[in-house]
Amino acid sequence: MKEKIRIASGQGFWGDLIDAPYHQVTKGDIDYLVMDYLAEVTMSILQKQKNRNPEFGYARDIPALMERILPICKKKNIKIITNGGGVNPEGCANAVLKVAAELGLNDLKVAVVVGDNIKDDIDEIINSGAQLKNMETGEPISGIKDKILSANVYFGAFPIVEALERGADIVITGRTTDTGLTLAPMIYEFGWDKNNYDLMAAGTVAGHILECGGQASGGNFLGDWQSVDNLAEIGFPIAEAYPNGEVIITKHENTGGKVSFETVAEQLVYEIGDPKDYITPDCIADFTSIKLEEIGENRVKVFGVKGNPETEFYKVSASHSDGYSAFGTLTYTWPQALTKAKAAGEIFTKRLENLGLEFEEVRVEYIGYDACHGKLASQLDEDQINEITLRLGVRSKEAAPVERFGKELAPLILTGPPSVTGFAGGRPKASEVVAYWPALIPKKLVHPQVKILSLS
Amino acid sequence: MKIKLKDIAHGRSGDKGDAANVGIIAYDDNGWEVIKKYLTADRVKKHFEGICEGKVERFELPNIRALNFMLHNTLGGGGTVSLKYDAQGKTLAAALLRMEIEI
Repeated sequence: MKEKIRIASGQGFWGDLIDAPYHQVTKGDIDYLVMDYLAEVTMSILQKQKNRNPEFGYARDIPALMERILPICKKKNIKIITNGGGVNPEGCANAVLKVAAELGLNDLKVAVVVGDNIKDDIDEIINSGAQLKNMETGEPISGIKDKILSANVYFGAFPIVEALERGADIVITGRTTDTGLTLAPMIYEFGWDKNNYDLMAAGTVAGHILECGGQASGGNFLGDWQSVDNLAEIGFPIAEAYPNGEVIITKHENTGGKVSFETVAEQLVYEIGDPKDYITPDCIADFTSIKLEEIGENRVKVFGVKGNPETEFYKVSASHSDGYSAFGTLTYTWPQALTKAKAAGEIFTKRLENLGLEFEEVRVEYIGYDACHGKLASQLDEDQINEITLRLGVRSKEAAPVERFGKELAPLILTGPPSVTGFAGGRPKASEVVAYWPALIPKKLVHPQVKILSLS
Repeated sequence: MKIKLKDIAHGRSGDKGDAANVGIIAYDDNGWEVIKKYLTADRVKKHFEGICEGKVERFELPNIRALNFMLHNTLGGGGTVSLKYDAQGKTLAAALLRMEIEI
């Protein structure tokens, strides 16, 4: 058994720093590169892409990235784990194998984890008694069944563990929990027992810290953010894991950013609910048990983590079409920038009313004043305000009123308050609103499958 | 004595459906005692009047001197449906740090 393994976060979402994974495999030693590509919105986008072209439906940055890093990973024996397979892990694996062939890496073994995509099985699942009720509203899924764009089950670490046991160099999954990507190599390397829930929780917590990339190593840090050095060359976080479940969060030397008690603590509280009840397919982690200790420069030890047995359910994330929305902005300058923007907002909403357009919601916001903090925003002396951006948004079940909204914006420049600019992007277009449907499904109704693909 | 929450704590916020979570972390043990005592769910609910339309749940993480608040019915229908500029509640931790506490 290895004395320790180093697991590096290479991507916090699809669209994160393109070069981050390259730096992770080149600027120091690591054993695993884990990359989270999937936000909830990503699955529906990928499903739409696959509907247009059955070969698509995965994070299409991956083949180009592999071209850069595969030779290095092969040489340094770094394994890659990613959920960037989206709704087409096999398509992604085939694209990666094509790159491998071009690079002469003919013995590369790529594993895919599939079985998470239940979009075409909803009727069958409902017939077997699961209603897939919306966890927020309690409504059964049958009501939106015909509008479903994507539906995926979140699998945990164990399908990835199986892939590693079967010799995979790269594991490409569909919807796997972000935390499972990091927990899996620990289970595999250290032979952890799946019933040792403290260890499952320790790896899960490490995964939570890594899953948003630079957010654990000084990015988006609300503490003393100016104390973070060289964000331009931020080093993404690395989890140095030990067989006893202790993990040291760190980053490569000679990179920017910062790993401290504060930067790690901020990531721990990110997007959590009840901290005693952090539920994953692998365990329930108790975030109130986590101990953090700074043990060196850019080294924070995470230990003492307690866990409880997993539940009988997987989480499902379905998305469905739910109308249309559009947004537009105009910027008003001194003098009386805010008063002008407010007057423009009133003129605009009156015009929409006069047109008799039906919207679910019309929203008028003043960027530079109170768009983010509402009533908490400080009152400003108007003479001190240089410019205010008026932001208008509408949402409707129908596309037509939203399209018409887009046509009303530019005329405000010549028919509204003065000293206004910022209309260079053309008419705002109506875009489809994708709503989320979080639900639970009994684990016995779905089964992850692992397949190994290779060139030979 | 009035204390600015910004001077004794930091934090991070994000979205969970139509709810926002706001995690607030005290810089030291004294700060932790202050936020534990004064940063109640009711105070936070009142602070976010006009932003948080639902209930506020409060959880303690004494291990990292932190409180986690779940602000229900806050994001205008959730990340992708919302018309709000800050549809994911990313700036709400900073908004909570605006609070002044009389101790």
